[in-house]
Amino acid sequence: MNKTVNQKAWFLVLPVLVLVAFSAVIPLMTVVNYSVQDTFGNNQFFWNGIGWFKDMLEEERMWNALWRQLTFSAIILAIEIPLGIYVALNMPKKGFWASFCLVLMSLPLLIPWNVVGTIWQIFGRVDIGLLGYTLDKLGISYNYTQDIVAAWVTVIVMDVWHWTSLVALLAYAGLQSIPDAYYQAAKIDQASRWKVFRYIELPKMAGVLMIAILLRFMDSFMIYTEPFVVTGGGPGNATTFLSIDLVKMALGQFDLGPAAAFSIMYFLVILLISWVFYTVMTNLDKRDGV
Amino acid sequence: MAKITLDNLAHSYLPSPTSEDDFALKELNHDWVDGEAYALLGASGCGKSTLLNIISGLLHPSQGRILFNDHDVTHAPTAERNIAQVFQFPVVYDTMTVRDNLAFPLRNRGADPAYVAERVNQIAKMIGMEEELNRKARGLTADAKQKISLGRGMVREDVNALLFDEPLTVIDPHMKWELRTQLKSLHHEFGHTMIYVTHDQTEALTFADKVVVMYDGRVVQIGTPQELFERPAHTFVGYFIGSPGMNLFDAEIDGAVARIAGVKVPLGAGYAATGGKLQVGVRPEFIKLSSGDAGVPARITRVEDVGRHKIVRLDVGGHEISAIAGEDDNIAADAQKITFDPQGINVYADDWRLSPEGEAA
Repeated sequence: MNKTVNQKAWFLVLPVLVLVAFSAVIPLMTVVNYSVQDTFGNNQFFWNGIGWFKDMLEEERMWNALWRQLTFSAIILAIEIPLGIYVALNMPKKGFWASFCLVLMSLPLLIPWNVVGTIWQIFGRVDIGLLGYTLDKLGISYNYTQDIVAAWVTVIVMDVWHWTSLVALLAYAGLQSIPDAYYQAAKIDQASRWKVFRYIELPKMAGVLMIAILLRFMDSFMIYTEPFVVTGGGPGNATTFLSIDLVKMALGQFDLGPAAAFSIMYFLVILLISWVFYTVMTNLDKRDGV
Repeated sequence: MAKITLDNLAHSYLPSPTSEDDFALKELNHDWVDGEAYALLGASGCGKSTLLNIISGLLHPSQGRILFNDHDVTHAPTAERNIAQVFQFPVVYDTMTVRDNLAFPLRNRGADPAYVAERVNQIAKMIGMEEELNRKARGLTADAKQKISLGRGMVREDVNALLFDEPLTVIDPHMKWELRTQLKSLHHEFGHTMIYVTHDQTEALTFADKVVVMYDGRVVQIGTPQELFERPAHTFVGYFIGSPGMNLFDAEIDGAVARIAGVKVPLGAGYAATGGKLQVGVRPEFIKLSSGDAGVPARITRVEDVGRHKIVRLDVGGHEISAIAGEDDNIAADAQKITFDPQGINVYADDWRLSPEGEAA
């Protein structure tokens, strides 16, 4: 087939190019610009090469935030993915209750992030919060502003509450695509419930679960608003995740250079982990036993 | 292996059926004889799959009982019934190898590994997939997947019955013959009770000892292929089996003579007078064209040569009628009458066949 060559067609791509340039490329380049320069005010900048990057790599503060971040992402993935699958498996397949559950499940996803934070901040307060007050009356020591464990538990439970629905909805969509004949065949073959899950449901959900894990990983790795509203990164630095630390550094201390270097590395880490994850998952998917 | 008895069985998908029209499967009493091969034939939506799913326990009937060897299993789960069923669309376990797929039903029942290995090889040979045993089932063609499904259905030797729900729909034509032949030889070898649902008459007639024809949720006739051809019990059977189907003429019946479009046509036997809408059914094979004066007037509209024979389309009083002429017969241009072989005529009242006098009803 002969392809029509029309170089003017490139103009059709122009709006997207402009949009992406303004929304992503140019801001990113300013960050790159800051990361290689130093300033003493007055809008005077000096070339600093990779100095800030070196500094940041030696900075214990960044490594601590990174470990906290990785721990947090690992914990919420370990909870939300199985829990989401479990919820999806137990949701009604059709009828009024199916729609009802879907709407109910979507609710947390529709709430703005800082509102979620505020809800849990109040919910957990010992003096007026339903949760905090109840726990206190039950004699359980719970104070997320002073106790590290309580702070972590609050932030994690809040994230699970907020995002498990997303995993459940995706898993549910995967489950809905399984024809009845599969379950019937499994019954005929006398497969146990576990085998039905392992050999029918899980393979059929694999695609959407991959997306769910990727989304949840990226989101949790960049989490800022909710823990900031609830704990403000405390007690001490116990829940200071990467973004919170970054914002403290960039806007609190106005260390633009180190913060820019930091955020570029942060960006690369997310990119790297997502890429590794995606590659591994797609390869697992394609592996044929020929 | 078992004899399967259906006792007053009926099923409706509605929670509280009121009229007979609400039933997808109308009341049915039937014994499936142990070791016979049955074909369940009917148009889509006539209740074939419903009946099959009730037998395998995937559906619970609204009324009536099912007995396996006179033992009531109406409320027994599928697992207890020990039935194998193959579905219309291939069901394979994607992440397993072909071998594991075939072994799955045996392993689930805790069979001895040595036996499983041997049996799987046997089945793989039967479906022609020995080469692919160690391959993952994912990415195989629909053909191959359906062969695996068939293989999984046949892998257990001790099943009470083997049920097939239009299993060859997705298979290539040449492979269809091969698999059907294998199913038949399997039936001869092991003597399982087999029920084979299809809407393809060739498939039904070549596969089964007995064909069960269903129409609108009702079993209209159970018989050998020959019975279905010669004595269709219902106009639907006449129409559905045969290519082209049986011709129907509105008629008046007077003893052993029918009057079609004002012309007297002799019948093979006498009929007692009855009410209802009377029709005579004649298969195209029993209609002859004639240039003479005797017979029912007809006008040739089209002749189709299908290779083995010719199909002559005729217009009789505004109705389209088909006749079959031999491949070497010349179709006379002046043919304007049709005559019938009296032995090939059946008489129907309100779509059901009337028994002629002297034939056991």
